[in-house]
Amino acid sequence: MIAHSIFFYFFSIIAIFSSLMVITSRSTVNSVFFLILDFISVGCLFIMVGAEFLGMIILIVYVGAVAVLFLFVVMMLNVAEQKQSWFIGKKSNHLPMGLIVSVLIFLELLVVVGGWKYKDNLMSSSTLDFSNISNTHQLGLVMYTDYILYFQLAGIILLLSMIGAILLTFRERSGVKKQSYISQISRSPDSSVELKEVESNKGVKIDD
Amino acid sequence: MIDIGLGHYLSLGAIIFFLGVMGIFLNRKNVIVILMSIELILLAVNINLISFSIFSGDIVGQIFTMLILTVAAAEAAIGLAIIVIYYRNKGSIRVEDIHGMKG
Repeated sequence: MIAHSIFFYFFSIIAIFSSLMVITSRSTVNSVFFLILDFISVGCLFIMVGAEFLGMIILIVYVGAVAVLFLFVVMMLNVAEQKQSWFIGKKSNHLPMGLIVSVLIFLELLVVVGGWKYKDNLMSSSTLDFSNISNTHQLGLVMYTDYILYFQLAGIILLLSMIGAILLTFRERSGVKKQSYISQISRSPDSSVELKEVESNKGVKIDD
Repeated sequence: MIDIGLGHYLSLGAIIFFLGVMGIFLNRKNVIVILMSIELILLAVNINLISFSIFSGDIVGQIFTMLILTVAAAEAAIGLAIIVIYYRNKGSIRVEDIHGMKG
């Protein structure tokens, strides 16, 4: 139990610090790196609390794909020198409003957490089987049977977002030489192959 | 304090959610940081769902976490694509410069 609490405080302090650095850091690239650190520490928390599959998914999908996508876009758009400096320079008039809204939300969440009491029969409807199957096995048992529709819907959402991202960023460039597949495929032998009668000791001229 | 329970995880989720909302409000420079703040908020939601799922012994919370992960990835892809084409058209993604609907 003592190791559990030590690891919890370690990872959660890293997570809170890095998410603070995401919103306050001066350069966008540093923000992305702190976002990656945040994902890694929260993924470690998930693995620690017993949701191993989701923790590994966070590490693979978020750190491996989404955060690297952010990094690519930051590097591609050349915004690295656009410092975000809301705390120096020109006074932002959104600061008091933002503070009020976010502190209100935070206090409401803390009220909920502080007033939380376990219901007596909370564990009665347990679908978690702690016997001898792993977390991934339990997830698969439920996800591919009861929640197959949501699983398919998630796939459709991913497909739609892929199509949308490609359509949004696609542009026709002028002055670029490309292969024209249709004209390559639609060549016929009689327009491209020619038989020549080669006389002896004369040779043949090509392309004149 | 030493005994880690549900409240600790919910507090961690609340703090990260708060920092994400703060980031959306306070950031005046860069749209990419706003997208990252949205990712932070979704991460806080995931923390809440997973801790409820573990501490109440119901696996369904983890399934909804997977769905939220899917939607967050799709949202990040679409948002970054929109930012890329906006930068291509306007040459800047500063928050102050994005006021096309003000006329």
